[in-house]
Amino acid sequence: MPETGYVVAVVAVVFAITFGLRALPFALVMPLRESAFLRSLAAWMPAGLMVILAATTLRDSAGAAWGHLPHAGIAVVVTVAAHLGLGRSTLLSVGAGTLTFVGLVHLF
Amino acid sequence: MQKQQVIERAEPVSTTGAETVPAEPGAAEAGAAEAAPAPSTTATDRRRQIASGLRASLAAGMGLVPIGIAFGMVVVQSGLPWWLAPVLSGVVFTGSLELLLVGMILAAAPLATVALTTLLVNFRHVFYAISFPLSAVRSRLGRLYAMHALVDEAYAVTAASPRGWTGWSLLPLQLAFHTYWIGGGLAGVALAHLLPGPIEGLEFALCALFITLTLDSCRSGRESRRRCWAECASPARWSSSPSMRCWSGCWPSSRR
Repeated sequence: MPETGYVVAVVAVVFAITFGLRALPFALVMPLRESAFLRSLAAWMPAGLMVILAATTLRDSAGAAWGHLPHAGIAVVVTVAAHLGLGRSTLLSVGAGTLTFVGLVHLF
Repeated sequence: MQKQQVIERAEPVSTTGAETVPAEPGAAEAGAAEAAPAPSTTATDRRRQIASGLRASLAAGMGLVPIGIAFGMVVVQSGLPWWLAPVLSGVVFTGSLELLLVGMILAAAPLATVALTTLLVNFRHVFYAISFPLSAVRSRLGRLYAMHALVDEAYAVTAASPRGWTGWSLLPLQLAFHTYWIGGGLAGVALAHLLPGPIEGLEFALCALFITLTLDSCRSGRESRRRCWAECASPARWSSSPSMRCWSGCWPSSRR
């Protein structure tokens, strides 16, 4: 069991760095929001970052030894198909994809 | 000072979307017809905005709650004090890193190692400021909270549906994420003694969420440019604003 003082120090360090990473860029970005470079950056960044987030969470779902990669692949296809085919309802698409993955993981 | 100027300049843009409830794609178009030019402050508007923020939080909640439960169970089953789960989730609020921290705290890793890991794992957050609609939040305290609670899900939901956020929809969205995450952790703490392990595979909800948000952000970028070009091309616009600025505003940060 770690000492409470150490745990508090860890929480403080992680909080300070994380809040800094989240908050400081606003101070830099706010005056630059009208710049053409940032505008074009803002154009492609969201989709690009989200592809990265999707890829890292997919990697987590696939398991340490990639054992669940086929299951995850099928669930990705179901999610995309549900989203594009059933009117882009996020809740419905996420529900369909997740149920598919949970079902496949437990069955196979 | 400069911040203030940017906010003022941003205002005409945001009032076009202020009345519309942004959360779901399509809602913006539905609300546009009844939109009044004045910024909305009435109680019903407020309720509607809060409701839209909470509605927009639901899909991500499907992923956050099960992962929060898994996190709470890991904390208890690894022998750490149970209060670490709500404290980390409330104060630090950084999903994937919290699971790593459990292992590091158990191993009594040096603080420098903790700091470096945090920096590497969370560095992606520096890019979120570019399109996150922080200027929608008016109060200072609200802004501090919005920055603290700028998790992946909050960034992703606002980036995929960037128009028309207000403080009354953005903060409820983030508070909801925070509540799902802390609540999931506490549920995991409670369940740790009852269940052998969390239900396998539920964490896929976050992956599915990011996939749908990728699809949405590709679409909303195209749509807002088309709408903006149409607006710049209308003669009514020319007298009020220099056309060059209008056209250059058609790049997606005008979607904020």
